[in-house]
Amino acid sequence: MPLVHVEHLQKRFRVAERGGGPLGALRRVISREGRGVREVAAVEDISFAIGRGEMVAYVGPNGAGKSTTIKMLTGILVPSGGSVVVDGLIPWRQRTMLAARIGVVFGQRTQLWWDLPLIESLRLLRHIYKVPEGRYREKLARLTDLLDLGPFLDRPVRQLSLGQRMRGDLAASLLHDPKILYLDEPTIGLDVVAKERIRTFLLDLNRREGVTVLLTTHDMADISRLCERMLIIDHGKLLYDGGVGAIAERYGGERRLVVDLAEDVAAPAVPGARLERREGTRLWLSFRREEIGAPALIAALTARYAIRDLTLEEPDIEAVVRRIYEEGLP
Amino acid sequence: MRVYLEAARMSYRCYRTYGAATLAGLATNGFFGLLRSSVFIAFYEGRPIAEGYTLDDALTYVWLTQGMIMPLFLWGWLEIADTIRSGSIASDLAKPLDYFGFWLGRDLGRAAYHILYRWLPTILIGLIFFGIGLPGSALAWLAFALSFLLAIVLSFCLRFMINVVGFWTTDVRGIMGMVLLFVNFLTGFLVPLEFFPPALRAIVTELPFAAMISIPNKIFLEQAQGRDLLLLLGRQLFWVVVFVGAAWLLLRSATRKLVVQGG
Repeated sequence: MPLVHVEHLQKRFRVAERGGGPLGALRRVISREGRGVREVAAVEDISFAIGRGEMVAYVGPNGAGKSTTIKMLTGILVPSGGSVVVDGLIPWRQRTMLAARIGVVFGQRTQLWWDLPLIESLRLLRHIYKVPEGRYREKLARLTDLLDLGPFLDRPVRQLSLGQRMRGDLAASLLHDPKILYLDEPTIGLDVVAKERIRTFLLDLNRREGVTVLLTTHDMADISRLCERMLIIDHGKLLYDGGVGAIAERYGGERRLVVDLAEDVAAPAVPGARLERREGTRLWLSFRREEIGAPALIAALTARYAIRDLTLEEPDIEAVVRRIYEEGLP
Repeated sequence: MRVYLEAARMSYRCYRTYGAATLAGLATNGFFGLLRSSVFIAFYEGRPIAEGYTLDDALTYVWLTQGMIMPLFLWGWLEIADTIRSGSIASDLAKPLDYFGFWLGRDLGRAAYHILYRWLPTILIGLIFFGIGLPGSALAWLAFALSFLLAIVLSFCLRFMINVVGFWTTDVRGIMGMVLLFVNFLTGFLVPLEFFPPALRAIVTELPFAAMISIPNKIFLEQAQGRDLLLLLGRQLFWVVVFVGAAWLLLRSATRKLVVQGG
């Protein structure tokens, strides 16, 4: 039984056309209909399953329905159709019970108390989740160590840098040992070092403690570093569910060999590879894994030409994902 | 239970970080207290008593109600509506918490701060500059403390419900404004309800708004003793039960068809 099981999930919002002024607001409250009501589907039809210990990327352009899905998985939003089961519970019916088993980080918002020292928010969470004192101390010490919270535990959250705040939010979501962690853009706005720190932490968390992670992000480096599997959605529909490496392979992702020749060659050609570009003695050869392996290609090259240098480029996920957003699946 | 106490404590500490705002607020309360006192002093010129209120009673009423403004926070409290607008409510709802209890705890912590730093100083200003009367016995103080607490819980329920309407419409400011227009009169904040024309007075004293300011005020002025006092407290308790129930039902239907803002 997978930990998260989603079938034909659907969420439609009814958007009321706005009438002016306080009376308009009151009218909208009193009468169900109001004036012109539009239906917008944020999630159209999505099905997937996530097993224990998986770390899955949930990807899609802005407005694709990612956050809406996460809100339904946590029970904050009631689906308009389809079914969701998380750890044997129906989120929106058993929200409070489920809440003790999940952790959520919304990268663009904080759950920490803005005006108070970070440690105060953590202490409140201990009471919210009823974590025993000893267990809390142990966990706090460990998280403080791993996320390097020490220098700013006693500083008001509003004074923290974005990276520090995000680390604080991560700690806050993990104090109660959740089975599943939902991360909604956890690296948004962070610098390279801060991003890397969070990625290392997440990898460690997943590998060592087996926490299942569902991650939404716009940063392809997050995905290739953290996840083996990704789900791509757009317009509320699932476009892709499979390996992160495989996607580039499958959809236009060719590997590329950049070759510096020792001398100019009139019409260089290697069977199994396509000459993509050429600048003087530098060649860009693209090839598919299933047609020719990199060693075979290199062997063929060195047999024919004198070669000064070689670089192998793996397919670029970002380019593939961008193409999927723009053109749909090929 | 512990978590609600902790929420109260943290909320208290949050408000304590804004000392300058407290000072500015006190100055404003003091200024309007002075204004309202002057009106009553002019009104009582050559008139020893009106509707059971002497000038001293009226002045006590003025400074008590000025002090109650912040503890009751009836004038424009949108903390919950703001979390709905910004979407940060999502984190609160993703926790194993009783949402109503959580906010009640937070609000009582806030009220504790405002009692200490707004109500108490305002009463002291009234005491020093206008010689207002205070309850004369420990029992009277106890009755007032209980009545004040019930009034705060009641005001919280009203504010909570107005804010929760934010689940349906993101603009609750208009509704807040309208309700508060009534609140100013119906609670007995601007003028004691006893000063209303008899027919109107008979109605407004029956409304829950009277339990927010008018009743604690009567108890502070020791206008009711014994059985009457118990009846007043009972009336407040009745409205608290009704309002807590209503707030809970409204919250339930709100979370059922929840719309959290932001994609």
